[in-house]
Amino acid sequence: MNLAAQDIRHNLGRFALTAVGIGLLLMIVLGMSGIYRGMIDDALVVVDHIGADSWVVQRGTRGPFAEISRLPANLEHRLRAVPGVASARSFVSHNVQREHRGKPLRMNVHGLAWPEDKGEWVNLIAGRPLSQAHYEMIADTSLGLELGEKLVFAGDTYTVGGVTKGMVSSGGDGIAFFTVRDAQAIQFDLSGEATRLERAARVQRAVGQDIGRAQPLLLERGAGLSSGLPALGPPMVSAITVRLAEGADSGAVAKTVAAWPDVSVHTRDGQVQLLVHGMIDKARRQLGLFRILLVIISTIIMALILYTLTLDKIHDIAMLKLMGARNSMIAGLILQQALLLGALGFGIAWCLGAWVFPKFPRRVLVAPEDLWGLAVVVVIISVLSSLLGIWKAMRVAPNKVLA
Amino acid sequence: MNTTSAIEVFNLTKVYGCGNTEVVAMKDVNLRVAKGEVIALLGPSGAGKSTLLTAMGLINPPTAGRIVIGGVPVLDGPQPLVNLRAFRRHHLGFVFQKANLIPFLNAVQNVQVALEINDVPTRHARHRARELLDYLGVADRAENLPDALSGGQQQRVAVARALANEPALILADEPTAALDSHRGRQVMELFRKVAHERGAGVIVVTHDQRALNAFDRTFEMEDGQLST
Repeated sequence: MNLAAQDIRHNLGRFALTAVGIGLLLMIVLGMSGIYRGMIDDALVVVDHIGADSWVVQRGTRGPFAEISRLPANLEHRLRAVPGVASARSFVSHNVQREHRGKPLRMNVHGLAWPEDKGEWVNLIAGRPLSQAHYEMIADTSLGLELGEKLVFAGDTYTVGGVTKGMVSSGGDGIAFFTVRDAQAIQFDLSGEATRLERAARVQRAVGQDIGRAQPLLLERGAGLSSGLPALGPPMVSAITVRLAEGADSGAVAKTVAAWPDVSVHTRDGQVQLLVHGMIDKARRQLGLFRILLVIISTIIMALILYTLTLDKIHDIAMLKLMGARNSMIAGLILQQALLLGALGFGIAWCLGAWVFPKFPRRVLVAPEDLWGLAVVVVIISVLSSLLGIWKAMRVAPNKVLA
Repeated sequence: MNTTSAIEVFNLTKVYGCGNTEVVAMKDVNLRVAKGEVIALLGPSGAGKSTLLTAMGLINPPTAGRIVIGGVPVLDGPQPLVNLRAFRRHHLGFVFQKANLIPFLNAVQNVQVALEINDVPTRHARHRARELLDYLGVADRAENLPDALSGGQQQRVAVARALANEPALILADEPTAALDSHRGRQVMELFRKVAHERGAGVIVVTHDQRALNAFDRTFEMEDGQLST
């Protein structure tokens, strides 16, 4: 006969409610690790999927994700000339927040190097990759946009041609993919007055430089479109992604590019380190500390619950001792209840989490190793929390029955 | 040692506290209860009855004196000569004023647990527990939890539990105090039946003068001393 099971059956309602409480606590512990893992996964989603071996960014910066990086777009031609480089593509990344359907729409704009990169690598769940050089976009489902929906940016109308799932930035904003040109147009969208002022300022800058004095025609062009005057125009892209030829020595390519005075180069692993240990490091550590605190709180709460359950049975435990029950039988009664409470709490946390986490605004990614880890933690805290109750039970004298 | 004795106690003394706060609860008590004998311990409150009972029950060792149960020396003063808990498990049965049944176990389980504590296999323990409940006339309430039983039925289950391991000695502390006279008499008759049929010694602490004719002998305690 299992005394723990009999006791639970007798106090089923209270035990079930306690298990739900423990389950909710454990769900938060699980959620914390899920948010942590989701944050890392979100931060690395582009780096992992875009297929770049190296990221070339503005000299001295840790861009394009951890900080702003600005590079001339024509740098990609220079990179293509480096031995071992198979391809070099422009990459644009910036955040925009606009009004859409009367609500703020915040998105992370990524520019793809059309026509080489149409976004075949993104995680499409509906529609197709980009099919034309302009006015098309691929939107993540978290942005709430539907296939075929039209949006206006910088005076132009864009159609959602594809929908992705799980492609969000490290800040949690859904990613919208455009061609590089369109992404730039959205980024540098200026009002008419701002454009006129920029052109005037540009002419003045050119006048003050040797090139302006040596080539007076530039002054004339400076008053026109930015695209007509790339040398004096604003920086064009955030980074250049480099893919190496098969068998190429990545170290040699990186060494060559790093020797250029105007750029810095980060390998794929380097970019991952910048994101994980730089950009999201504090959030990661904060979540980690919260998780530890929650585990401690869960242990204390479980210990108090088990202690109270033991106090409720103290007279029965004294009776069992009077009848000659071994300490192992009494300790087993408390330990089995603790383990069952932990196991039920774990199951409830798992089921509730599977139902609740997908409704969270940011991704909560629960990996199998997190579940196994939590299972081990639950066993440990169940054993630890039962110690207080066992200690109390061991101290009860059999003659307490007479009290 | 007398092997026909359920219990023998020699010069049992119990002193609580020390110095100015010293209280002698029991002094030089000698007692022998034969197997199959039912005796009563009478006396006013504070006379030392419960002290003697708990000393003989091996849950409150005496300060001095010796206790021999079923021919086995178990205590020499406060010094245990055997594993007391294991000895209780095998050789002693307890019944109290309150039945003290475990509330989350039904009647048959309350008896069964006493057997399982003694390493009796579950199936055999359940069978034996049912037999005992039948013997005590509460077999029809075997599956009921204690709070669904009357006081008399609870006390019968408690007696069944005390008998489960066929103890050499049953110690009962005011077992009829919470019962009406009819049920009280029934319980006392039960003790006689158990003692005579199973050869156990039964020691009953009681205030109930109505039940005195149910005992083979009566002892009176006063100021920690025992007299016939």
